[in-house]
Amino acid sequence: MSAHATTAHNEELNYLNWKTGIWSWLSSTDHKRICFLYLFTILIFFFVGGIAALLMRLELATTGPTIPSVVTSPHIYNVLFTLHGVFMIFLFVVPGIPATLGNFLIPLMIGAKDVAFPRLNLFSYYLYVIGALIGALSLWNPFSGLTAVDTGWTFYAPYSTTTGSSVSLMVFAAFVLGFSSILTGLNFIVTIHQLRAPGMTWMRLPVFIWASYATAIIQTVATPVVGMTLLLIIAERVFGAGIFDPTKGGDPVLMEHLFWFYSHPVVYIMVLPAFGVVGEIIPVFSRKPLFGYKMVVLSSMAIAAVGFVVWAHHMFVSGISDFSAIFFSLVTFLVAIPTAIKVFNWVSTMYKGSISFTTPMLYAMAFVFLFMIAGTTGIYLAMLGVDVYYHDTYFVVAHFHYTIQGGAVIGLIAALHYWFPKMSGKMYNETLSKIAFALVFIGFNLTFIPQFILGMDGMPRRYYNYPPEYQNMHTLSTIGAFMNGVGYTFALVNLLMTALFGKVKAPRNPYNSVGLEWQTASPPIHENFPETPVVDKDPYHYGTPAHV
Amino acid sequence: MAHAHSHDHSHGHDDGHVVPEATFLKILIALLVLTVITVLAAKVDMGKWNIVGAMVIASIKASLVILVFMHGKYENRILWTYILIPFILLAILIGGVFTDDPFRSHPKPVEVQKLKAT
Amino acid sequence: MSSHAAAAHEVAPGDPPHIHHMDSATAYGAAKLGMWLFLATEILLFAVMFCSFAIMRYYHLDAFHKASHNLNLYAGAFNTAVLLFSSYTAAVAVTKAQRGDNRGVVVNFGISILCGFIFLLVKGYEYSEKAHHGMFPFVWNESFGDYKNFLGIYYCMTGLHALHVIIGMVVMYIYGVRPALKNRYSGRYYTPVELSALYWHLVDLIWIYLFPLLYLVG
Repeated sequence: MSAHATTAHNEELNYLNWKTGIWSWLSSTDHKRICFLYLFTILIFFFVGGIAALLMRLELATTGPTIPSVVTSPHIYNVLFTLHGVFMIFLFVVPGIPATLGNFLIPLMIGAKDVAFPRLNLFSYYLYVIGALIGALSLWNPFSGLTAVDTGWTFYAPYSTTTGSSVSLMVFAAFVLGFSSILTGLNFIVTIHQLRAPGMTWMRLPVFIWASYATAIIQTVATPVVGMTLLLIIAERVFGAGIFDPTKGGDPVLMEHLFWFYSHPVVYIMVLPAFGVVGEIIPVFSRKPLFGYKMVVLSSMAIAAVGFVVWAHHMFVSGISDFSAIFFSLVTFLVAIPTAIKVFNWVSTMYKGSISFTTPMLYAMAFVFLFMIAGTTGIYLAMLGVDVYYHDTYFVVAHFHYTIQGGAVIGLIAALHYWFPKMSGKMYNETLSKIAFALVFIGFNLTFIPQFILGMDGMPRRYYNYPPEYQNMHTLSTIGAFMNGVGYTFALVNLLMTALFGKVKAPRNPYNSVGLEWQTASPPIHENFPETPVVDKDPYHYGTPAHV
Repeated sequence: MAHAHSHDHSHGHDDGHVVPEATFLKILIALLVLTVITVLAAKVDMGKWNIVGAMVIASIKASLVILVFMHGKYENRILWTYILIPFILLAILIGGVFTDDPFRSHPKPVEVQKLKAT
Repeated sequence: MSSHAAAAHEVAPGDPPHIHHMDSATAYGAAKLGMWLFLATEILLFAVMFCSFAIMRYYHLDAFHKASHNLNLYAGAFNTAVLLFSSYTAAVAVTKAQRGDNRGVVVNFGISILCGFIFLLVKGYEYSEKAHHGMFPFVWNESFGDYKNFLGIYYCMTGLHALHVIIGMVVMYIYGVRPALKNRYSGRYYTPVELSALYWHLVDLIWIYLFPLLYLVG
């Protein structure tokens, strides 16, 4: 239909240019445009959360007060790490890949015109914006008598239920954000069930879809639990219900159970889509089918399932019973198995393949390496005796940054590079992106390997100061953090500049990838496909006769 | 013009089942009877089995509502998975929390009072 | 292909709406799956309260028994019957819609909504009785210290439930009664009626568990 229709500048019509003006973007129910709405917003919060981290790292660069004009008191330091955690988790990584790449790719990869509920999709975005604004409001405390929240992103009772800061406002923001997440997950589940193109059977779906499906299930069923828990915190503060207050017969550890019941599965929301991304990138740049497709699918679903029964490994030293601790430690070891299976699959895909070291491939390989470190250090923490020592030290901080940043964020950047030609219709400069990658990779490891050492030496987390013995590692870590920040900025600015001003047009399928999204134009037309595609091949037939 | 689209008679009928009003009435009566039973049963003290009995009766009522009122009987496996998941998760949540609290070694209440007095 | 867009705004009564990216059968399946998923999230929301109830009851069994006896059993039982009946009429409304009997939809959903009002009135009466005796937030009489845990959970659970009753009533009106008054539904298209009824049944389901736990077992 649109093959010969053009814009005023004689370009082919596509989803970017067929309707112009800011209102057409803000009111669009097109999943591809909603991807960009989310992308711009989450990246803003990525930078805000990142600046908070850099301020913390600056303060920690030397023993004693380092930047007393900014970190004027320990309280401000606590506000900074709360801000960093809340913004990075709820406003950046949890929406992360699903709300951006998931939105863009899911309909394309299954051969559909849009998600099941496009208007609900846009509503999810605005719920996210409202939640973010409320969260920001709680930091700039315009209400007299209320100070910025300093509880940490975990909002543990009894401090969160009794302290006089704008906790209620911030947890209400998290509640609204949770609602956004639930509706997105619900939308994706229905989309994947109902809107697959003819011939797109479940076992022909790309692993990114399976990963997004598993993620969507977790989003939909886990988030209500934390939503209600956050409302209960507000009820405690406003009505004094006493469920988490020991002086009224309540149990503060109950709050931790309810909180972590969601907050452990949330880490799989964060990283599963990245597994999917890596599973898409590695076969393309190894020119080989994904090794063990069925096992990758099964392990994605297994991670989602087992992830629901391990939550109390965050609570080993909170006073839970020995019986409980032993049970949760055992099950936590189990959840490592499906992830390890995936690592074997990715590496086996590369074995005897024809590797191209493009930027997405570099990020994907970095992901495998970094996530290996994340996973194995997680095993240490699952061991009860070891965790008694490591809990609340920098060892844990390093572990979860390897999983979230080395995992989910690297996955997001990899995905943005790999699908950039499809999304923008342009090709970015590989040299610049590789330089950025080097800065990110070196900077990241320089930030967090010293933190493993700090943790082993007993440096506690959430402390604004430390004895001189710890300074060397802290200084190294701070240098790494700035390198890391520069690297991300460079990578994203490169992509942004190319999207806005780039001249090199992208072909329909620049990497000769398999997959429905590559069979349509770069960028796609508004309806995604001129005609509904029919699928008759397996998803990863690279290097086989079926692959043209 | 508005009727230009296909005459697909499967529109809106995934299950194609129209449940007669009389069936619903029978289920309503069963539900009311079960409610009377559960109230009467509560008057009999069976110690810790009180809650078990009440939950069993409630679950029978819930099953009737889901299976008949909500057309659950006619739904496919996919839908049934999503009907069951929240109940399974509820069981996991309560089960997990109950591996903790009952097995803690608490100070006895009388010791707490002693502390308060000093 | 896109010429349908202009025609889409004219939908005859009883015909499914035109959705540009799905055919009607797919749209119906999608809507139903979407609503069941949403109901699942609602159940999980209440799961937190059921879990809190279980633990608090484990720690304070006697106080819970005592406080539970203090609730008005007859009000609770009456409300249970009211909700069960309203669930029945909601189910009947779906059958009426499937038969194209729009008047039947209006009458039955109307009864369900009325039952919702009655439920809320009785609940309001119960709450005001409690407040009168100083067993309510903000007017709390400290001599009832023992009851506080139980009543905290009671108000959270029944309050949240009452909120869902209100939402259910609004949904049945907007997506059931109002379109049915314009003869919108038929055997070919009754999705909003079915979805509204499903939501209402959930409200009933939750009460089926709330009533024995709070009023009977304690």
